Amino acid sequence: MTDISSVKVGDILPPLVIDPISRATLALFAGASGDHNPIHIDLDAARSAGVDDVFAQGMLSMAYLGRLLTSWVPQQRLRSWHVRFTAITPVGAEPTCTGRITSITGTRATIELHVTLPDGTVTLAGDAVVDLI
Amino acid sequence: MPVDVSAALAYRFEPLEVTVERGRLALFAKATGQTDPVYSDPGAAKAAGHRDLPVPPSFYFSLDLERPDPFRWMADLSIDLDRVLHGEQSFTYHAMAYAGDVLTVQSCLVDVAVKKAGALELLTRKSVVTRATELVAEAVSLIIVRNPEAGR
Repeated sequence: MTDISSVKVGDILPPLVIDPISRATLALFAGASGDHNPIHIDLDAARSAGVDDVFAQGMLSMAYLGRLLTSWVPQQRLRSWHVRFTAITPVGAEPTCTGRITSITGTRATIELHVTLPDGTVTLAGDAVVDLI
Repeated sequence: MPVDVSAALAYRFEPLEVTVERGRLALFAKATGQTDPVYSDPGAAKAAGHRDLPVPPSFYFSLDLERPDPFRWMADLSIDLDRVLHGEQSFTYHAMAYAGDVLTVQSCLVDVAVKKAGALELLTRKSVVTRATELVAEAVSLIIVRNPEAGR
């Protein structure tokens, strides 16, 4: 856990780089998350819905952002967070989770969050509010 | 077919009681590549000051999916799951929750907005998570229904 008692605006969180997302990961996450929507795990279902292939659950990437946050601050200090899902994450993608402190008010910091693919596509964008002490 | 706004806002989700299971949280940790043992090893969790495995921040979204048919509300409102996108998600926390806790989820649709002459319908769904009488967390989802034929 990082010492966050002296953070300042502009500081960045240690980025979290994710290994390529496999189909096995999508199947595991479907079971673990309870989201059994077949568009993420069944190629036939994806094609019948008009997409060429299955793609990752948005909440999988949000869980990666959760890992970014809880590796930086104890979870009990996370007050709130919000993300927008801005692009689909294809199979094989290697997302990177990043965070940057954008404001500090008293003992609360706001962290800007992104999940980005190697080609620059932003798949999730949002922010979190954490207690620094 | 457009969403019936008044029916959506009046839609009643039954309260759902969920017992958080250790094994499920450990699987969630595995599926998300979580390497921090606090989220999969009860001994590590206790050593870190937790009374059991913590419910991780985004898992609150999963609680409501424990219903036998979690997408039924969409079918009831004539929403085709294939046309649905998850647009936004937020969480607000009031207390930590742990494996073994019995949590209650109460959900409702709090807003329905129609954009682009019906080509997009934006449904805001709020879920409130409590443990007995204690407020634990709130989750808000923005669900986008695409009706490409409506905008033409």
